[in-house]
Amino acid sequence: MNWFRTTVGIDANRHGPARPGHPHQHHAATQHQDRSTHSDTRTSVRTLTHLQRLEAESIHIFREVVATCDNPVLMYSVGKDSAVLLHLAIKAFYPAPLPFPLLHVDTTWKFREMIEFRDRRAKELGCKLIVHINEDGLRAGVNPFASGSRLHTDVMKTQGLKQALDRHKFDAAFGGARRDEEKSRAKERVFSLRSAEHRWDPKNQRPEPWHLFNTRKRAGESFRVFPLSNWTESDIWDYIAQEAIPVVPLYFAKPRPVVERDGMLIMRDDDRMILRPGEQIEMRSVRFRTLGCYPLTGAVESEAATLSEIIEEMRDSRSSEREGRLIDHDGSGSMEQKKQEGYF
Amino acid sequence: MSAALSMTAPALRQASLLRLLTCGSVDDGKSTLLGRMLFDSNAVLDDQLEALDRDSKKFGTHGEHRDFALLVDGLSAEREQGITIDVAYRYFSTPRRSFIVADTPGHEQYTRNMATGASTAELAIILVDARKGILPQTRRHSFIVSMVGVRHVVLAVNKMDLVGFDQAVYDNIVAAYREAVVALGFESIIPIPLCAREGDNIAMPSPRTPWYHGPHLLGYLETVTIDEAPAQAQRLHFPVQWVNRPNLDFRGYAGTIATGTVRVGDRVTVLPNQRHSTIARIVTADGDLPHASAGQAITLTLADQIDVSRGDVIVHQASAMQARKNMTARVLWMVDQPLRPGQNVIIKLGAVEANADVMTLRHAVDIHSFRDHPAESLPMNAIGVVDLAFDKPIPTTVYGRDRELGSFILIDRMTNQTVALGTVEENRPKQANDNGHVVPRLIGRTGSSRRRHFWASVGRKAVEAGVLFLVVATLAQSLWLALAVTVADLLLRPVADRVATWGWRHLFAGHRPSITGGHAD
Repeated sequence: MNWFRTTVGIDANRHGPARPGHPHQHHAATQHQDRSTHSDTRTSVRTLTHLQRLEAESIHIFREVVATCDNPVLMYSVGKDSAVLLHLAIKAFYPAPLPFPLLHVDTTWKFREMIEFRDRRAKELGCKLIVHINEDGLRAGVNPFASGSRLHTDVMKTQGLKQALDRHKFDAAFGGARRDEEKSRAKERVFSLRSAEHRWDPKNQRPEPWHLFNTRKRAGESFRVFPLSNWTESDIWDYIAQEAIPVVPLYFAKPRPVVERDGMLIMRDDDRMILRPGEQIEMRSVRFRTLGCYPLTGAVESEAATLSEIIEEMRDSRSSEREGRLIDHDGSGSMEQKKQEGYF
Repeated sequence: MSAALSMTAPALRQASLLRLLTCGSVDDGKSTLLGRMLFDSNAVLDDQLEALDRDSKKFGTHGEHRDFALLVDGLSAEREQGITIDVAYRYFSTPRRSFIVADTPGHEQYTRNMATGASTAELAIILVDARKGILPQTRRHSFIVSMVGVRHVVLAVNKMDLVGFDQAVYDNIVAAYREAVVALGFESIIPIPLCAREGDNIAMPSPRTPWYHGPHLLGYLETVTIDEAPAQAQRLHFPVQWVNRPNLDFRGYAGTIATGTVRVGDRVTVLPNQRHSTIARIVTADGDLPHASAGQAITLTLADQIDVSRGDVIVHQASAMQARKNMTARVLWMVDQPLRPGQNVIIKLGAVEANADVMTLRHAVDIHSFRDHPAESLPMNAIGVVDLAFDKPIPTTVYGRDRELGSFILIDRMTNQTVALGTVEENRPKQANDNGHVVPRLIGRTGSSRRRHFWASVGRKAVEAGVLFLVVATLAQSLWLALAVTVADLLLRPVADRVATWGWRHLFAGHRPSITGGHAD
């Protein structure tokens, strides 16, 4: 099973560490090695930094899935967490090509810059990319304005994801969810078993002591696997900086056309968004902390145009990243509800 | 909020990571303590605080006060019941350190969740309510924590406000605790007097405990160093997780080093097949390394073409590690249906999955008195020592030497549930020490069900033989004939029984369900 088209980029990787766009990697590894030479009598886990430990644990999870499942897929949502997820996946199987395809469930309302970035990255890395759109939802005219955020997310995202997983018979799907994102996720396992109907049962989760994952499942059942479970938002940005991982430019501040609606700054990405009376488009310097469907994703006013400025801004920030997400505000237990129904 | 903990981190943190767990009972204020730690380390942001204030009014148990427990009790079911029913992981960091906290439930019926949370922890915070002192559950929590290898404990004496910050109360609790857990051999026990709800001794020294001169909780967690390396841990244990073979020119063995250090050129042995080779390369996506150590996820290539597959373990040639087909282990049973000797399960140890038979249940361990006692089965949340036998050799070692290759889970082959977690006690099963060597193997240990069945059948046979003897003796008027018939019956009946069973099986092969059905009628 070779999901990669043979490309120059991958062949170049096989012959050496120097990879375009990854200037710090070799240097960082060498530094670590020098340090551990002097501390041979002590346990070497101590000499690994926080990020090195997180990276190694995520790689372990990727390998465990590929060794035990038949047909995995990486759910690529184009955001920063997906960028880190993909980067770790490539590291885990190096020098082999990525042994699974990427899946993007496109609601047709993603920022245009996300779609451009997605296609460019898949091409650069030579990954097989599957784009799935819920055609039934499209035909029924579901959209975030007329249908509301809840129905739109359910039909285009949740149902769309189930359709794609069923169509390709994937038995394990990697996702970039982190436990620190939201309260009900704090208890989700790394390997989350879903019934044939994709339902999640919070009362029947398998214990995961040590790094031992029970990867057995019955026909029709599947796993959602979360290699970034133990990462925080701040770890993600630190790692993106350390590894020089490309991310969608929307994360960096720049003057963009925005409309103030329901207390949020919405960027008008195309003319499907019809202005209400009294609303007007302003150019403001904004950036996004999370990315999703543009009508549901609030921008934050910011001047942070570089990685280090973003990291600094985040450390000083007094609000959580999901504040900008309309779909999380449907009530305190709402994410738990969506997850039981199969939302990623 | 403490000034010492304010966020002035450099752009790229090189901070270390500490994994800890909090354990205590429902009313000890565990979730409150954790919520308070998140709050005091600035990990709670404005929108979350707003949600907290909203939730405090709706679910809170502290009147108009903020209920910090609501920051961490996530699932709706828990909020309604006001208890924590599953392990929740929490993350916060200070400029010096990042923390991963496993917040574990305190109820006895959630012992398994607690053990799971403790299995990756380096330090445990054990909560005690100052009004109640050391309770059976305190002993239980301490025992589970020690079972999964946590060596450092913070004894958090909470709700000091309710005993008027009385030093005598605190001193008594600390002394009682040290005495209670002396058998568990913790390396360090750091007691701290707290009032989690109001923040005393959490992020700064409390003016209400002038008699206390130790560290405050966050300050201690930031600075504690945990040296968890016994000398043996330097031996290389590298479990092969996945064989990387993208083309004919490359064959690498991917995995995470469990213990020790590997260098290019090291002479190694691959277990269980005992093949030898030399490390050719240590491959990572960031370039080849000259050497690598425990915790690093790498890919090794060997100088020789030998057969290596998932589940094998690469060790140095001088290593004492062995692959074994049986072992003695301590298990924590995690499902409703109890564990019984004779049961067949799947073991997952490192990257190996194998069939395992539970040969004997040596004894159960009382998690309150820490004493062994005989048992015929292990109910949910009970801990016992078992002998296991596998259908193939598994490279393994004692848990104290290697947390990765000395630990395992057991899986039910029908339901695929994880039914137990366990630690390897010793590699070679000792024969039960109270009954000599052969006897217990044949007729079971004293007090076991096997031993009882044995005596029951001896008794039945004696009665049967006596009756037969009397009947024949009365009818034939010959004691010798009666004796001969009785002996013949005793000897021949088992043989005839076996022949009959063999006959059934062969005549009705494929129709077994109907036979069982017939028996049941």
